[in-house]
Amino acid sequence: MLSIADRPALEGQANERPARPGSQIKRTSGLHLPHAGLATAIRRLVFYAVLVALWELLARSGLWPSYLLPGPMDAFGALASGFRKDLYVEGMLVSLKNVAIGYGLSVGIGVSLGVLIGRHRLLEETIGSLVMGLQALPSVCWLPLAILWIGLNERAVIFVVLMGAVFSITLGVDAGVKNTPPLYVKAARNLGAHGLGLYWQVVLPAALPAILGGLKQGWSFAWRSLMAGELLFYSLSLGNLLQTGRDLNDVAMVMSVMALIVFIGVAVDRLAFAPLERRVRGRWGYDVNK
Amino acid sequence: MLSPNENSAVALTHTAIALQLRGVSKTFASDERDGREVEALAPVDLDVRTGELVCLLGASGCGKSTLLSLIAGLERATGGTILCNGKEVLGTAPDRVLLFQEAALFPWLTVQENVEFGLRQADKSRAERAEVARYWIERVRLQGFEHAYSHQLSGGMRQRVALARSLAIDPAVLLMDEPFGALDALTRDRLHAELESLWAATHKTILFVTHNVREAVALGERVLVFSPRPGRIVGEFEIGLPRPRSLEDPAVVAQTARIMNLLRLQMSDFSEKSDICRRR
Ligand SMILES: Nc1ncnc2c1ncn2[C@@H]1O[C@H](COP(=O)(O)OP(=O)(O)OP(=O)(O)O)[C@@H](O)[C@H]1O
Ligand SMILES: [Mg+2]
Repeated sequence: MLSIADRPALEGQANERPARPGSQIKRTSGLHLPHAGLATAIRRLVFYAVLVALWELLARSGLWPSYLLPGPMDAFGALASGFRKDLYVEGMLVSLKNVAIGYGLSVGIGVSLGVLIGRHRLLEETIGSLVMGLQALPSVCWLPLAILWIGLNERAVIFVVLMGAVFSITLGVDAGVKNTPPLYVKAARNLGAHGLGLYWQVVLPAALPAILGGLKQGWSFAWRSLMAGELLFYSLSLGNLLQTGRDLNDVAMVMSVMALIVFIGVAVDRLAFAPLERRVRGRWGYDVNK
Repeated sequence: MLSPNENSAVALTHTAIALQLRGVSKTFASDERDGREVEALAPVDLDVRTGELVCLLGASGCGKSTLLSLIAGLERATGGTILCNGKEVLGTAPDRVLLFQEAALFPWLTVQENVEFGLRQADKSRAERAEVARYWIERVRLQGFEHAYSHQLSGGMRQRVALARSLAIDPAVLLMDEPFGALDALTRDRLHAELESLWAATHKTILFVTHNVREAVALGERVLVFSPRPGRIVGEFEIGLPRPRSLEDPAVVAQTARIMNLLRLQMSDFSEKSDICRRR
C-alpha cells in the first residue's frame, strides 16, 4: 500500500480534501447560535425594563425627595439637554483624548517592558518585582505626585492614566512571552529564525492572546484612572462634569454623566476588544464558543 | 516546472556521508534540587549516506527524539561529535530540518505564509518566496488552501504543510519525528506514499522515527533498532527489498517479524533494570 503505483486507488477512500477547496473552511464568527443570542437579548431587555420601572416607582413613592432621587425621565432629560448644550460632547472629546494619549503611552511602555521582563531572568527578578508591587497601588494615589511634579493640568491626568494601565499591560505581556509554546520557538529556530526576528515573528504573535488580555485589563484601568483624575480638575471633561453636577446639586445630571461613562467604557470593550479577542482566539485554535 | 530541490549531482555522490555521529550521548540534568540525571542517549555511532532513508525504531523514551534534536542542533550533545556533510553541528542551520509529531504550524500565519517562513528568514525576495511556496504547496497537493489557517485544516493536511515548509528551505537532511504518528492508518499510508515519492524525486537524506515496525520496513532503506533508555543502537537491518513495497508483501512481513523479535527481547531485558539512573 506504500507504493506510488497504488496511490490512485487510494484517492477515493482516504480523501482528505473536499471536492471544492474552501468549502471546508468555516468562519469562526458564524458559530453563534442565533436563537440563543435572541433569547438572551430578550431576557436582558426585560430585566432592564423592570429595573427602570422599579426606579420610576421608587422615585414616585415619595420616600425620597425628587431632588435626591429623580426619576428615569429626569435623568434622561438631563442627558438630552447636556448633549444639546454640546457640554457632554465636548467633555467626552476631552476625556477620550486624554485616555487615548495615556493609554497609548502605556501600551508602548508596557509591551516593551513586558517583553524584556519575560525574556531576561535578571530583569524579571528586579524590575518584575517592582512592577508587581506598583500594580497593587491604586492609580489615583499617583495624583499628588503628579501634581507636585507636573502641576495641576491635563498632563497630570495623563500621567495617572499611564500609571493606572501600564503595569497590568506589562504583566500580561510578560505572562504571554513566558508561556510561548516552546514548540513554536523550536520550529522557528529550526527554520532559521533568531534574534529580533524570532521575537517579532514568533514570540510576540504566539503571546498575542495573553497580550490582548493585558491590553483589555489595561484599558479598564485606564478609564477608571482617568475618571479619578478628572474629578479633581476644573477644565471641562467627563469627570469634571460629575463634579459640576454635584456643585449644582443636580442629581439627574450626575446620573446621566455616570451613564455616559459606563457607556463609553463598555462600548470600547465591546467594539474594540471583544471582536479582536474573538478573532485571535479563533485563529489561535482556542475554543471560540466559550 | 520549477524544481529547486532536484539535484542531479546526487547520483554521483550517493556514497558520500551526509551525517556522521561519533560517540554522541545526552544526559539531562533533570532536576536542580534532587540532583537526578537522566541518561537519555548512550554514546551512539552512526553514519548516514547522502540520500539514504533510515528508519529509527525503539521503545518509548529510549531517546529517539533526543537524537533528532541533537542532530537538528536544537540541543547540545553531552558528548561526542556530529558532522553534517563534513561540518560540525553547533546549532540549528537550514541544512537540517526537524519535523515534529505535532505539525507545529504557526497558527497566526496562513498556509502560504507558513511555507514561506524559512525563506523569509533567509531574506529571500517576495517573488521568490511566493514561487517556491507555490511549488511546494502544489507538491503536497494543497493548492486552493494557500490562505487557510492551520485550525481550518485536518491533521494530515497540517503535516503536509509542515513538510512543505521544511522542504521549501531545501535542507540536505530531513529529520522526521513520528510526524504521521497521530493520524489514522489510511491517511498515514497516503502520507508515507507521498513521502516516498518526494524522497525518490529529491533524494533528500531522511531520518524517520516511527513506532510501526512494518511501516519502517516498507519505507526504509535501513532500519535501526534502539535499546530502551539509555538508547543505543542494538540492531541494524538493511532492507534490500525492491520498491514499491506493499505492507502485505511476505518479505516485508518476514523482515518485520525478525525486528519485532529483537524489540521484544530488548523490552524484557529492560524491565529487569532500574528505571532511572541515579547519581548524587
Ligand atoms: N528536556 C528534558 N529534560 C529531562 N529529561 C528529558 C528531557 N527530554 C527528554 N528527556 C528524557 O529523555 C528520555 C528520552 O526522551 P525522548 O523524547 O528522546 O524519547 P523518545 O524515544 O522520543 O520517546 P517516544 O517514542 O515516546 O517519543 C526520556 O526518558 C525523557 O524523559
Ligand atoms: Mg519522541
